Amino acid sequence: MSSFLSQLDPVSLLSITLITATPLTLAALGGMMCERSGVVNIALEGIMLTGAFVGYAAAFATHNLWLGVLAAIVAGMLIAGLHAVLSINFLVDQIVSGTVINILAVGITGVFYRTFIESQNRAGPGTLPQWNIPFFSDIPVLGPIFFQNQFVTYAMLALIVIVHFTLFHTVWGLRTRACGEHPRAAETAGINVYFVRYVNVIASGALAGLGGAYFSLQQIGNFLPGMTGGRGFIGLAAMIFGQWTPVGAFLASLLFSASDQVGSRLQSVFHVPIPLQFLGMLPYILTIVVVAGAMGRAVAPAAVGRLYKKS
Amino acid sequence: MDLDVRWGEVHALLGENGAGKSTLMNVVYGLVHQDSGTIEFDGKPAQVHSPQDAIRLGIGMVHQHFMLIPVLTVAENIVLGREVQNAGVMDLGRAYRTVRELSERYGLQVDPKARVEDLSVGVQQRVEILKALYRGARLLILDEPTAVLTPQEVSGLFQIVRNLTAEGNAVIFITHKLAEVMEIADQITVMRRGKVVATTNPKESKPPDLARMMVGRSVLLRVEKQRAKPGDVLLRVEDLVVMDRRQVAVDHISLEVRAGEILGVAGVEGNGQNELVESIVGLRATRSGHIRLGARDVSRRSTRFRLHSGLGLIPADRHREGIILELPISDNLILNRYDLPPYEWWMVRQFRAIRATAERLIKTFDIRAQSPDQPASSLSGGNQQKLVVARELGTGPKVLVASQPTRGVDVGSIEFIHRQIISQRDAGLGVLLVSSELDEVLALADRVAVMYRGRIVAVLDGEDADRDRIGLLMAGAA
Amino acid sequence: MRERLHVDWLINSIFVPVASVAAGFVVAGLVVAATGADPLLAFTSLFQGAVTNRNAFPETLVSTVPYVFLGLGVALGFRAGLFNIGAEGQFYIGALSGVFIAYSIHGLPAVIEIPLAMVAGMAGGFAWASIAGFLKARFGAHEVITTIMLNYVAFLVANYLVDTPGLMLARDVSTPRTPDVDVNAVLPIIVAGSRLHFGLILALVAVPLVWFLIERTTIGFQLRAVGFNQGAARAAGMSVGRTMVLAMGLSGALAGAAGIVQVLGVSRHMTDTVAAGYGFDAIAIALLARSNPWGVLPAALLFGALHNGASFMQLQTDVSADLISIVQASVIIFIAAPAIVRWIFHLRPEAAGSVQITSREAKTPV
Repeated sequence: MSSFLSQLDPVSLLSITLITATPLTLAALGGMMCERSGVVNIALEGIMLTGAFVGYAAAFATHNLWLGVLAAIVAGMLIAGLHAVLSINFLVDQIVSGTVINILAVGITGVFYRTFIESQNRAGPGTLPQWNIPFFSDIPVLGPIFFQNQFVTYAMLALIVIVHFTLFHTVWGLRTRACGEHPRAAETAGINVYFVRYVNVIASGALAGLGGAYFSLQQIGNFLPGMTGGRGFIGLAAMIFGQWTPVGAFLASLLFSASDQVGSRLQSVFHVPIPLQFLGMLPYILTIVVVAGAMGRAVAPAAVGRLYKKS
Repeated sequence: MDLDVRWGEVHALLGENGAGKSTLMNVVYGLVHQDSGTIEFDGKPAQVHSPQDAIRLGIGMVHQHFMLIPVLTVAENIVLGREVQNAGVMDLGRAYRTVRELSERYGLQVDPKARVEDLSVGVQQRVEILKALYRGARLLILDEPTAVLTPQEVSGLFQIVRNLTAEGNAVIFITHKLAEVMEIADQITVMRRGKVVATTNPKESKPPDLARMMVGRSVLLRVEKQRAKPGDVLLRVEDLVVMDRRQVAVDHISLEVRAGEILGVAGVEGNGQNELVESIVGLRATRSGHIRLGARDVSRRSTRFRLHSGLGLIPADRHREGIILELPISDNLILNRYDLPPYEWWMVRQFRAIRATAERLIKTFDIRAQSPDQPASSLSGGNQQKLVVARELGTGPKVLVASQPTRGVDVGSIEFIHRQIISQRDAGLGVLLVSSELDEVLALADRVAVMYRGRIVAVLDGEDADRDRIGLLMAGAA
Repeated sequence: MRERLHVDWLINSIFVPVASVAAGFVVAGLVVAATGADPLLAFTSLFQGAVTNRNAFPETLVSTVPYVFLGLGVALGFRAGLFNIGAEGQFYIGALSGVFIAYSIHGLPAVIEIPLAMVAGMAGGFAWASIAGFLKARFGAHEVITTIMLNYVAFLVANYLVDTPGLMLARDVSTPRTPDVDVNAVLPIIVAGSRLHFGLILALVAVPLVWFLIERTTIGFQLRAVGFNQGAARAAGMSVGRTMVLAMGLSGALAGAAGIVQVLGVSRHMTDTVAAGYGFDAIAIALLARSNPWGVLPAALLFGALHNGASFMQLQTDVSADLISIVQASVIIFIAAPAIVRWIFHLRPEAAGSVQITSREAKTPV
């Protein structure tokens, strides 16, 4: 039994699970701000990709990782702003608008990557430093999991609390939920629905943009085309499975990233003869199963996805 | 058009559906903008560009479809947009206290911590009124406030309205029901087709006069019909139980509809009528019990099977279930038979047959359309409803389930639809009529079943059914 | 009334799409300029690569063929209110199941082998897509998430089958791939000296067939009714769930047809690597065509030309071929938000409800 545990190395397994859950959780939190105000956001994937690229490009140009993180957030907000303009002002179907942004992100990152990054032969900006929180990082088990991380993961943990507090304990949160449930009622109560939705969509861009910085600036210190690999969509699924709540979405993200880790552990440590491809499918299939299962309990914001036109 | 409202009075705005009453009030509340004309409030010209402006002036509105958010609490709904806060953080404790004080002051009992979706319609309306009062409303606009209430709840509402005006506030009461106007109004403005046709008061004008002003001609206030001659049982519901979101919505109901009779189901909306209708036509699964069409048990059969076995359905919400706005009138008229000959041949649609049927039905049912090819969305509400009636009666069904068959329809169409239902009844059709308009049930039904909380609490003979008695039954007080 | 309708039709179906494409190029040109390259030069070489170079136009048509099938598939889904974003996965599953038949059979005449392989490919696409249809009908799982997830699964399935000895991996090959299809299953070349194959004819036949299916058959009527208003369709006795599965399946079958036609006409085998982007391309084509099968034809031609010209442009000017994604995205924006185009060109507002891309009600949350 003890050799089983040491081979599986649960502490590092949990640690990696938390780390790889970072972009999923950030995407899910972003989706949540957006959808709680009534706007579907399937553009999270494209926003993260843009964030990953712009963050990397900025860090590469300025040799400053922190400017990179900032740039990733700003880029996310800008491209989410496009989603807001299209779906709120121009009443474009929110799914179509999200698809546009996903396509646009592929194009823009691809074109600028080729011109400005690919051909350069100089060293990249590296990755965000690991911060060990004094005292806490020495706690056995919990220390290595929670207190020996890089910036984006710490930020993610803090943002779970912040988003939860914002949504359920502030005036802004109440108004956001009102707009997502019954925009007409919110408007008759004197709330500017468009404004609330704008701010939330852009906030979701900031969250997903930060999630993008995870890939290029925290994980590998480089940008690769298409490096988000569907994580934006999985984050959206985590949001659904988590019933549009921050803690639920975080737990769902952990589940998805654990499915990824456990599979590869099984193969690398125990040599379970499962083809690599099948292990790779696990998170995707789990997402499908979870989305199908979670839909039975409908708690989605009632007005999400519906176009709202001020009368 | 002009409208003057004085402090301390109840001003009724009377007109039939589509006369422009709600639009006018939406202008006053800043939801819709006027093309020309001015609004004066308290003797001063006022600019109302948004609900915020209206609220600032002291205008409050209770919409026909409540503007409440079901998943939030009473207090959250009331303070929304004018929250009690501490640097952006909600102060719910203070919100609860404020709401409690307000509700005690006006005698509107309601629990501030309850979730709105758990409240009855009557209580939800109280929340709406409190919401307006919380915002300092001195002029309260009530848009068709009695449509969803029992007669007893209506008198409760009237008491609240009187209390409000006694304190010097003004109330605009939008309605199309003459009896209510006579009871509550101090002044009456009658509207027809977007214009004010008369300004009067209950002392000067009596109901028949008001009806004539409202419609533009004299109307029959009562449908003429012969006594029913019931035949065989065509539809039989036995011990039916239907669930809605894990709660019992239809609770062991049994009923039967015979050939040549109209069974009316009266009740406040939300007491299981929709679920009953949906399960009879197969749109909702039954928990237990049986539904028989003639001798055949159809409880487990598809909607399609039931429709083809001689069941017709006029759904409660024509835009959600009755018609497809984007499709042509002709396609809508054969929507339930599109895959049967002569409308198809080897899965290929036969447009000549479709058009012939459409032209015939348009004529018989007096649907005002230029061509069967125009989209259903181009028809007025009354004509859209006639389209649904034409489709369902046009095939000569044995049983018709009609749910709110004249909702949101002008008087002319109401008369037409009522006459059609009666004449088909005389020809042997069995009708299950579900309506939240008690007047409609009383006018048409040969027998009246009263539904309350998923049960049928009484079945009365239509001839001598007593309004007040039914009202009490609808409220569960018998 | 009639004239107004006629003018509206011209504006909606001709002017708005053309203006959208033009505006798309303007946006892409700005992006090219931002990279420091010359937009005119880039677009010139794009045009050369697509049309005027030797053999360029037949190659453009070769690229157009799968786009026609893919665009028809997504358009059909749109008409039923379904947003099939997984055409790419259905393309690969279709190609896989078709290629398996096409390399397994031998010695039958082409008129039997080709249809057999086609049917197998379409069946594969149908089955794969109807998973998403079933999940939506039964559980309400939104097809946008499920079809994208199924894309990733499809890539891995393809990778597994093609990479594993004893399954579909050919013997004695340096890079993993399936065996070549049987000679009689190959789609014949129709323009000598080019790669243009019989698939073009099949695509040209598919357009009126799909149009007929949607506009003239009871199945098409059912799809449209469900796409417009599920409640009314259900109350009229239609099975909304079954219609969704069927619509998704047919949409996938067309994507599968694209896959197998590409294999039988061009590559003649399958490799384990997948070129991404077909799914989004298909959506752009269907939107540009305003979900009308006839409109798919010019839209697919445009995208075939872009696709074909882009690689030449990248070679000549070092502007990434990903540029065409920017053109696509901009085109969709202008198509989906005609208000923008109308605003730019000062046209009168559109009559309400005249265009509808997806279902009126977005009941299932994403």
